[in-house]
Amino acid sequence: MSLASIDPLYHHGVTGVVLLIVLVRVVVGFAVLMGSVTLMIWFERKAISDMQSRIGPQRWGPFGILQTLADGIKLFFKEDLIPAEANRFVFKLAPYLSLVPALVTFSIVPVGGTLTIAGHPVMLQIANPPVGILVMLAMSGISVYGVMLAGWASGSKYPLLSSVRASAQMISYEAALGITIVTVILVTGSLSTHNIVTSQADGIWHWNVIRLGVVPFVVFWMAITAELNRPPFDVVEAESELVGGFNTEYSSLRFALFYLAEFMNTITMSAIIVTLFFGGPAGWVPPVSHLRWVFPIIWFVAKTVFFCWCFIWFRAALPRFRYDQVMDLGWKRLIPLSLGWMLVVAGFLIKPAWGLVMAAVVLMASVALATAFERGVAREGGPRSVLAPVGRRPLPGEVLRASSDEVEQ
Amino acid sequence: MAVTYALASEAVFASAAVLILAGAVAVITVKNPVHAAISLITTLFGVAVAFVAQSADFLAAVQIIVYAGAIVVLFLFVIMFLGVDRTRVVSLEPLIGQRALAAVGVAITVAGLVALMWRSHWVTGAPSVSGHPLASGAGNVHQLGTAVFTTYLFAFEATAALLVIAVVGAVLLARREPSEEGSPS
Amino acid sequence: MNVPAAWYLVLAALLFAVGAYGLLTRRSALIMFMCLELMLNAVNLTFVTFSRTLSDIAGQASVFFVMVVAAAEVTVGLGIVVSVFRRRSSTSVDDLTELKG
Repeated sequence: MSLASIDPLYHHGVTGVVLLIVLVRVVVGFAVLMGSVTLMIWFERKAISDMQSRIGPQRWGPFGILQTLADGIKLFFKEDLIPAEANRFVFKLAPYLSLVPALVTFSIVPVGGTLTIAGHPVMLQIANPPVGILVMLAMSGISVYGVMLAGWASGSKYPLLSSVRASAQMISYEAALGITIVTVILVTGSLSTHNIVTSQADGIWHWNVIRLGVVPFVVFWMAITAELNRPPFDVVEAESELVGGFNTEYSSLRFALFYLAEFMNTITMSAIIVTLFFGGPAGWVPPVSHLRWVFPIIWFVAKTVFFCWCFIWFRAALPRFRYDQVMDLGWKRLIPLSLGWMLVVAGFLIKPAWGLVMAAVVLMASVALATAFERGVAREGGPRSVLAPVGRRPLPGEVLRASSDEVEQ
Repeated sequence: MAVTYALASEAVFASAAVLILAGAVAVITVKNPVHAAISLITTLFGVAVAFVAQSADFLAAVQIIVYAGAIVVLFLFVIMFLGVDRTRVVSLEPLIGQRALAAVGVAITVAGLVALMWRSHWVTGAPSVSGHPLASGAGNVHQLGTAVFTTYLFAFEATAALLVIAVVGAVLLARREPSEEGSPS
Repeated sequence: MNVPAAWYLVLAALLFAVGAYGLLTRRSALIMFMCLELMLNAVNLTFVTFSRTLSDIAGQASVFFVMVVAAAEVTVGLGIVVSVFRRRSSTSVDDLTELKG
């Protein structure tokens, strides 16, 4: 495999300087992400306070900006509880399974253009793997485990319910997520995030959000909100139904890790939205001779902060969905919509006439589908859940029927 | 330079092998099904590493997305859903001699496979004359896509049909009869 | 790229062996499914290794199809496990003896 085709940094072989550059890139990326997470937590609390006519954090630092640090110190010194019913190994493992995907996903985001340091071209992204955006899909697949195993390992009923909800929800929305990403890949012709960004560099009309028609972006946005378990799709931690969700039994540093992962995911996914649909670091660069490389970074940060703000705005403005509504929206609306739109986009890419034919086919299919749904609902006297519960978990200390399941024989 | 690369690729192989074998052995020995599923993820990651090391990047990504991201999640979902996540006793051997027989059979199979590999001359190092030769560049996504959508188009369509049938079948199997609706089990 | 293909093939054979042993000895339908996945992965690894040594994309295309079939198999298999569990409250394959003559 030739490394140079992934990253121009390796054109002249892997030397000490190159290794140093890679190391610095990783460390800086990690530090910046960690720093921005503390800022993001403060930003979310402050913004939501403003929307709810409260003041929010204000004691530590100017405008309470050091609040997250104070919270972190507090959590650090709290007692680390492991419930008696917990599965200790999995209980300890789960927070890391939650945090690591959030960190890894950010490594494929192009933050700026290409710099030249010591004669080496340096891309301002930690990695540019040939499978690019698939890394993000893979990591969002992995991040299910953090939530799922945390809920299960707690050995408590509500967290378990929460984790079953989480796994079903995240798998369901991954399908819509994947299909919308396919539309982006179709117009770009490459999986690499670097190529996705450079193909959108020629101005606002080349941004994927416009090129693809706004629909994939909207579907992606909704699906990503569901993937993140953020409001209005936060049925995983619906406190009115599930006490506190999958992390009810967690305390101290392990809870802090979950908290960190949640906000880090929010930032990362905002960055992914910007990369896929809003040109990443693309934007107007003033005609100055020095420091031209700073402006793409500023554009990128500005766009990302905007989407972070949107997630906060959703949380403040929208009521939570009911669980069956979440599943309905995912399976019956977002997946068919994104699939149909993908077919239309593919048709237009071959020939506009084919696109029109595809649009007609998709329209007819959706009418047929809607009619079928209506007939089904009318025949069965209202919609009902396919996933009715079977079996149940014993209460602590209770023995369900003695089944041969306990002893393998 | 070449020496460093060799060392690196051996290290990659070693880590992949450790992940794969440790995970696989854990799958068949641990008592708790959830732990078995976690071990299965370890093995799948190891296989993904082995794929990347052999420049099958796309398959490595698909491996994580499909296997780790969907199939094992489905396993865990069913384990939690049915509530069979209690520890089992695995030391009992219901059929006498079953394990010994299984071990012997498996050992013979593996020995046969390895012997076959040693004796045969499949791997001559000569590139394939039929089919699509592998691109040397990093990532052969383009090539794989072309192969799947031209040479293997019929297989592709057939698997698509298979998936649809599987989904419909699974829904029918897991769905309750409307008459059972009111009675919780 | 300097690791010989034989190493990967031996690794795949070992993985297949572990999976086969588990399939033959474990009784829980769920664990047996997992062992089946192990065996499929072993085969996939062999396919990819041969694809690299023979420099032919066909091996990788086969792996692609194996993965799709595995996904379909697990979907239906777990559906069967769920419906069996509903009738017999067990996932042990030894309990499925109703067809015994």
